[in-house]
Amino acid sequence: MPSTMTPLLQVERLETQFPTGPGLVRAVDGVSFAIARGEVLGLVGESGCGKSVTALSIMGLVPAPGRVAAGRILLGGENLLAKDAEAMRRVRGARIAMVFQEPMTALNPVFSIGDQIASAVRAHDGGSRRAAWARAVEMLDRVQVPSPQERARAYPHQLSGGLRQRAMIALALAAGPELLIADEPTTALDVTIQAQILDLLRHLQAERGMAVLMITHDLGVVAEICHRVAVIYAGRIVELAPVTSIFARPLHPYTRGLLRCLPHPSRFGQPLVSIDGIPPDLRQNGAGCRFAPRCPHAIATCQTHEPGLEEREPGHLVACPVTS
Amino acid sequence: MTAPAASSAIVLPAIPSAAARRRPSFRAIFGITVLLLMTGTAVLAPWIAPWDPGRQMLLKRLRPPAWQARGMIEHPLGTDHLGRDILSRILYGGRISLAVGVSSVMLSACIGVTLGLLAGFFGGRADAIIMRVVDVFLAIPYILLAMGVVFALGPSLLNVILVMGLTRWVQFARIVRADVLSIREREFVSGARARGNRSLRLLLRHVLPNALTPIIVVATLELAFMIIYESALSFLGLGVQPPTPTWGWMLSDGRNYIAIAWWLATFPGLAIMLTVLAVNLLGDWLRDTLDPRLQV
Repeated sequence: MPSTMTPLLQVERLETQFPTGPGLVRAVDGVSFAIARGEVLGLVGESGCGKSVTALSIMGLVPAPGRVAAGRILLGGENLLAKDAEAMRRVRGARIAMVFQEPMTALNPVFSIGDQIASAVRAHDGGSRRAAWARAVEMLDRVQVPSPQERARAYPHQLSGGLRQRAMIALALAAGPELLIADEPTTALDVTIQAQILDLLRHLQAERGMAVLMITHDLGVVAEICHRVAVIYAGRIVELAPVTSIFARPLHPYTRGLLRCLPHPSRFGQPLVSIDGIPPDLRQNGAGCRFAPRCPHAIATCQTHEPGLEEREPGHLVACPVTS
Repeated sequence: MTAPAASSAIVLPAIPSAAARRRPSFRAIFGITVLLLMTGTAVLAPWIAPWDPGRQMLLKRLRPPAWQARGMIEHPLGTDHLGRDILSRILYGGRISLAVGVSSVMLSACIGVTLGLLAGFFGGRADAIIMRVVDVFLAIPYILLAMGVVFALGPSLLNVILVMGLTRWVQFARIVRADVLSIREREFVSGARARGNRSLRLLLRHVLPNALTPIIVVATLELAFMIIYESALSFLGLGVQPPTPTWGWMLSDGRNYIAIAWWLATFPGLAIMLTVLAVNLLGDWLRDTLDPRLQV
């Protein structure tokens, strides 16, 4: 079970902005959450809501001209935003690692996967080539790649999507990170492989007591692997709760909407539900709840007053004063 | 590149061994053989050439190759307008032409690839400055530039190599920059950065190896160009100075006699052609071998 003592990662009022021609895009606007050691936190939201930018902000890899404008990111109590480039470089890989969405392009096509893992191992703890290679094979075995001795010599294009994603995970874990950020790690895979990869991640996470930030738009993935869930909408967290209560008692209208969008056998034959409207333009800095224009429960104060996260039940925070 | 079906089936195809992937093709063997022959005869010229390449025998001038009427067996490829032995001159000329060609290509590749990598990878100000310099080099005719520099420094073998390398690096810089622009956006580069790799390491291990293919192709084309380029400089009196024979000089010199003595220009031309062909075939093979995606 995840410990609730001191959190491994604390993100406090993070704001990441991109200056663009027509205006400032507030991609992440005051996001706060914490991840305990050994905990899997899901970050859920639709495309463009700021999930990936949150991850890149933690890694210190926000692409120019974007920048982290405000907030603190504490990893084991140290503020990552206060670190210089060289110190931050040493944090990446060694303490925080990342698994990407697209296993087709996330591996260097001109080196064998064993080569790539071995070089990550050597970059982290040195040692001979031979030892690093042996470690790479062991890592491939750990991520359940069949016949790892042989597969280590394979180039990325010779492997299937599932095997590539396993190799990616081995690569990310080569340096033994405390926190793994998985950015939609199963989106590009078919459903059976998705289940295998999630299984593997859960297994490795439990075995190493590693914290995982699981970024996804797939509520199925959340149910499968996460301990807690943060639902993010238009750059803000609207609901943060243990996984069981988010599915049993969703409080925010957006979360409810998302859950209603899932197909369900009891509604067989009926058209699929969707949430009306489109996400707001992130350049607008209007007052009020950002979901209000699409919200079926919106009242007059929603247009003028920005709701903050309140703890409605133990561990269950929601940014909506209307629903209960 | 064919995308295999996304499944981790139990039956996995055997992975070709490194040796099997690097087995040279017929074309590669042909390329290596010709190139070794050319380099070997050039290096050994003082010992295998039948005549001193500068020795003039005016009584035997413009003799055709041995198999033609008036041909002489002691001059297998004939003699030129000063009665010098063509075969000997080709053997000696190869020393200069190959040395100048290879060293100037290496020099221009080093400069061009480095600057192209920096411009493409870092973008912004570095890119703007480097590419403006490239524009300047492209705007000035390279022969004119070379003339100016050689005039200033004086013609010598080393200066010719320097000038040729320093005027042709833009070819590499432009191709490499264009390729790097797309490579740096690929996910494995961000992935490597997310694992805490330094920029230098990203460049050398992740970007450069993926940009090798066009570099090899440009290098093989440039080698041919450099051999001709050297002859142009020699023709203007700025290259390697006569009587030192070079293939390019023999070619342009023989042009004057093409109507009455075809062998003067033909044999050095053949030597250039064979060398360039061999380098190209070798370059193709090298490219295929270094790029695992092109393996079946």
